[in-house]
Amino acid sequence: MFDLYFDLPLWIRLTLQGLAVILVLFPLAAACSMAERKISAWLQGRPGPNRTIAPILAWVPGIGILQRLGVFQLAADGGKFTFKEDPVPGHVNKFYFILAPILAMVPALSTVVVVPFGAYFATVNGQTILTPIVLANVDVGLLAVFAVSSLGVYAVILAGWASNSKYPFLGGVRASAQLISYELSMTLSVLPVFLWINAPGGEGTLSLFRVVELQSGTGLAWDSVWYIFYFPLSAFIFLVALFAETNRQPFDMPESESDLVGGFHTEYGAFKWSLFFVAEYCHMIVGSAVFILLFFGGWNPLPGLPLGTLVNWLAGFAPWVAHPLVMGLIGIGIFLGKICTSIFVFMWVRWTLPRFRYDQVMNIGWKKLLPLSIGNLIFYTLGIALLAYLKK
Amino acid sequence: MAVIQVERKPLSFAERTYIPQILGGLKTTFKHLLKPTVTLQYPEQRPEISKNYRGVPTLVKDPHGREKCVSCQLCEFVCPPKAIRITPGEIPEDSVNAHVEKAPKAFDIDMLRCIYCGLCQEVCPEEAIWLQNQFSMSGYTRAEMVNNKERLYELGGTLPDQHFKWDKKKEAEEHGNAH
Repeated sequence: MFDLYFDLPLWIRLTLQGLAVILVLFPLAAACSMAERKISAWLQGRPGPNRTIAPILAWVPGIGILQRLGVFQLAADGGKFTFKEDPVPGHVNKFYFILAPILAMVPALSTVVVVPFGAYFATVNGQTILTPIVLANVDVGLLAVFAVSSLGVYAVILAGWASNSKYPFLGGVRASAQLISYELSMTLSVLPVFLWINAPGGEGTLSLFRVVELQSGTGLAWDSVWYIFYFPLSAFIFLVALFAETNRQPFDMPESESDLVGGFHTEYGAFKWSLFFVAEYCHMIVGSAVFILLFFGGWNPLPGLPLGTLVNWLAGFAPWVAHPLVMGLIGIGIFLGKICTSIFVFMWVRWTLPRFRYDQVMNIGWKKLLPLSIGNLIFYTLGIALLAYLKK
Repeated sequence: MAVIQVERKPLSFAERTYIPQILGGLKTTFKHLLKPTVTLQYPEQRPEISKNYRGVPTLVKDPHGREKCVSCQLCEFVCPPKAIRITPGEIPEDSVNAHVEKAPKAFDIDMLRCIYCGLCQEVCPEEAIWLQNQFSMSGYTRAEMVNNKERLYELGGTLPDQHFKWDKKKEAEEHGNAH
């Protein structure tokens, strides 16, 4: 059956793969909003939404657990956002007002194209090579992610400007300034990782799959250690910049409800607002995915225990585990587990830290983080050059 | 009051990165994650009502089962929103309680007017009207929200006092003051 899939023409396969990714990413982003409510509630000592239930399902035994987890609240919210009246205020520039949420969704969902989720062993010409599960295995992996996700700034500026009102305008201006400030530190902070993987003698690549491949060593080896241990400062700077790029506390000045009403999305109603929020959660998910791929070994369960070893060990008990499909699913499962942990950390930090003031945000972005990432880059450049020289 | 100098130590290098404080904060919130919630799950769990809580006004009976209210209408006159409407009446001669002065023929409290101030309870000379601990009352029609005499006695119950004022009065009239 698996081979049947590979016999289909390429465009059908690509469509199916794209659909599969969207069908996982969208519910994950929506579930994120639900998880946000529950986790923020638990962190504050309250239960969160625990009473919503679809009346026709109330008789199912065990449905109480899902009810208390607030799963149906997600459906209720989704239904509300779809069917509520979608206001377009009279004083706005209608074309850009409606364009802005669409423009927010597009970069958020497009970046997922170059992010690999898992790996499997493919047999090509008799050799088993580790192949990534990705929609487009391009060599410029990370550059594409950064380039496309930077387009999200346009949506925020457009939303603030088109709303033709004070608070959204202020929110949009603050958001755009914050986003472009932290992009520099974000890109500079991950350069040491790519200096390391582009050791002389190999072909140059920015591919995210290559980064994970080089963290997939077995046992105690130089390439079995996850990069968070080799590049801790890079990871820290990237994480802080990621918080700023996704407008999450402590950097959520653009949406600060207490002083800007709603920031750039004040004038937006039901469905358009939900589009902004799904876009924000998608940014969070893809940003966490990149963070995990770069620094936490992607789909490998433990440092020193790569996916291939785990699958081969499990295949000792059940041979069907070695099938590429199952291995791919295990890899994706581990990766999604790590993403969920990362999202939990996002929410944990949100409800722990107070918001930075706007001038503090700018101060940190330009005066603290940028010199730190440049210094980090210089340090690692010299270090890697030294290592390369000593190796000769 | 003398001026107290607060010593503000300059932050150490590690403290200025805010990382130790952030990690400490994360630890605190994580502990909250593991603690049970402090929310009262109404309506499965009900809150504790204190002793002198002013809930829905009710009429009470004495330990012999006699209705304590004598329709003196003091509560009707003191009620600020005029929620109480009383029609006083005679007690039939052949009843057990014929020695009591009067009894209400009709006693209506409009709960849509009641403000739960407790003045009726304060002014009642017979200790007949008490604000007890029902705090949520709802209905579908305005007529439903008017508590009539039966409903009031049903909500009220029995007051376990030992005054028996009218019985003692009757005994005093018949047998002289026997303290």
